Amino acid sequence: MLKKITMLTCAALTLSTAVTAETITIATVNNGDMITMKELSADFEAKHPDIDLQWVTLEENILRQRVTTDVATKGGQYDVMTIGTYEVPIWGNQGWLTELDDLGAEYDEEDLLPAIRSGLSVNDKLYAAPFYGESSMVMYRKDLIEKAGLEMPTKPTWKFIRQAAKAMTDSDAGVYGICLRGKAGWGENIALITAMSNSFGARWFDENWKPQFNTPQWKDTLQYYVDIMTESGPPGASSNGFNENLALFQTGKCGMWIDATVAGAFVTNEKDSEVADKVGFAMAPDMGLGKRGNWLWAWTLAVPSSSEKSAAAMKFISWATSKEYLALVAKEKGWANVPPGTRTSLYANPEYLKAAPFAEITLASIESVDPKNPTVQPVPYVGVQFVAIPEFQGIGTAVGQQFAAALTGQMTVEQALASSQRLVERAMRKARYPK
Amino acid sequence: MAMNNSNKSKIIYTALAWGISGMIFFPILWTLLTSFKTEAEAISANPSLFMFDWTLENYSDVLARSPYFNHFWNSVVISIGSSLLGLVIAIPAAWSMAFVQTKRTKHLLMWMLSTKMLPPVGVLIPIYLMFRDFSLLDTKLGLVIVMTLVNLPIMVWMLYTYFREIPHEILEASRMDGCSIAEEIFHVLLPLALPGIASTLLLNVILAWNEAFWTLILTAANAAPLTAFIASYSSPEGLFYAKLSAASVMAIVPILILGWFSQKQLVRGLSFGAVK
Repeated sequence: MLKKITMLTCAALTLSTAVTAETITIATVNNGDMITMKELSADFEAKHPDIDLQWVTLEENILRQRVTTDVATKGGQYDVMTIGTYEVPIWGNQGWLTELDDLGAEYDEEDLLPAIRSGLSVNDKLYAAPFYGESSMVMYRKDLIEKAGLEMPTKPTWKFIRQAAKAMTDSDAGVYGICLRGKAGWGENIALITAMSNSFGARWFDENWKPQFNTPQWKDTLQYYVDIMTESGPPGASSNGFNENLALFQTGKCGMWIDATVAGAFVTNEKDSEVADKVGFAMAPDMGLGKRGNWLWAWTLAVPSSSEKSAAAMKFISWATSKEYLALVAKEKGWANVPPGTRTSLYANPEYLKAAPFAEITLASIESVDPKNPTVQPVPYVGVQFVAIPEFQGIGTAVGQQFAAALTGQMTVEQALASSQRLVERAMRKARYPK
Repeated sequence: MAMNNSNKSKIIYTALAWGISGMIFFPILWTLLTSFKTEAEAISANPSLFMFDWTLENYSDVLARSPYFNHFWNSVVISIGSSLLGLVIAIPAAWSMAFVQTKRTKHLLMWMLSTKMLPPVGVLIPIYLMFRDFSLLDTKLGLVIVMTLVNLPIMVWMLYTYFREIPHEILEASRMDGCSIAEEIFHVLLPLALPGIASTLLLNVILAWNEAFWTLILTAANAAPLTAFIASYSSPEGLFYAKLSAASVMAIVPILILGWFSQKQLVRGLSFGAVK
């Protein structure tokens, strides 16, 4: 009898838990690391039977449009949003995000990489937790550079990259010395060229928010980009973004590729990459001015202030960005597939360093950037490959179109810069900068 | 000689028609073939049309990762629901414009059509706020309403053009026999305009099925149709072309089958009325 009562009580308790379970909706992008998070989320649900997870996975641009509309109108459709380092400072300042002040005693916030943590904080308060972080680096074919009679330094200069690109190009064999983003867009060619421009000493705005495209530093940056791509880039480069260049590199068509450090895991993956065992890594190049041409980005998890389930949402974020989650991924998928670029402790782990040959360069690249001082001269903005102001998506894409036109030869470098200067001046006047 | 010229032009036109059809169909064929490739083969620099290792892995991955049948059901409800609701509104509207014209009817028709020229994003914020306030976000009902409104101008225009082809005298005769307006519409007009109504319905089901702005913005997890299902396989950092192709094939197959079986009706209706 007692057994029956106990069983009934247990069943009733289970039922009441199921009935009262809170469902949180998570909006995320379709990147490999996020897919893994979704696959492993049963672990979270097992640890938190009172929380159900509902997933909305979308392409980056659609997701950005959707979550921006929702957060700006306080629609409350999502409890956890995947957003980038561009959105966090803007949305945090607007009061659209909930401060992550309840991630739990075990979370170890101090372990987050300082550069990433700084980019996700507003007034020293954390508004988003990094899920994976990235910088950019040079990925190169060791066999081709050796064949060209050159040796890639760990910290190459832009001058060396141009020389190596020329030497590695074999157009008849369909091999091109360098693959760089050419597709117009603030997150496409502008991310690369803005990061490049930092190492050339250029900046988007001076301290009074005056656009700087009419400076010699910008002329040098864009001229270099157009020249190297014309000499040693693949045909049709103006339509190449991350994925197109990844496909070219993995199929042996690129000698060097300068792009996100997260690509390190893709190009060394023997299942997908034809050149997996021939890839070397180096820091992004510089011009000897004290700044390298690498960027800083992180996909982060944040709670919109319109969410009514912020406590449950924070529990999920705490789980997904914890050290325990990294260990879980390592156990289920192997150390090479652990989300990179968020925690210092990961880079002290010998197993990870052994499995990920790009790990040290990734860490050094992330540590070498400062979002608050991205370039040689002082700037009034935060952001390395972007300017963290709401207007940047619009002006960044418009400038990206001018730069793509210069790459295809529809405009000269001078015309593209003059046109960029005009359109950014007009946009900033309209937006009433300086504020 | 004349016969020869006629035969020649027949051959040329047939070849041209096949060529154009081939060009239109090729991307669908390519998507279908890619869906059976591995990710590595999908991005191969020397792609093969048929000689590759065929695999169903992408389909099983997609089915394992996403609730396909939920998305499919949402698409069915949204496209058929909005088309039927649209017909209920569009039939009386088109009747009055075709048979009870005023001097402003043409302006009204033009105004209705002009709403299709407005970029949808221009009314995004007010519609989003209304949906939020009426708790319609991420609901099938909300999507049915918005898709009805989006496609209503086309439905009214199509039906108006079909109704204009029906002689007034038949309707007048029914009135003289004592039909009310409802009886006139149900018993006389609708049977006569059935091909046009069927093609309007079919075309709007297709338009609503393929709509990928409102269906992406106004839904999250509960009411997301197949457009959101496809969008979930596009990735900015990572190559998932084979899986994306498998998802695309699974999303377009139902509407392709519908189009295949109803093509006679669709072509007859379209060539009979509005889009001559």
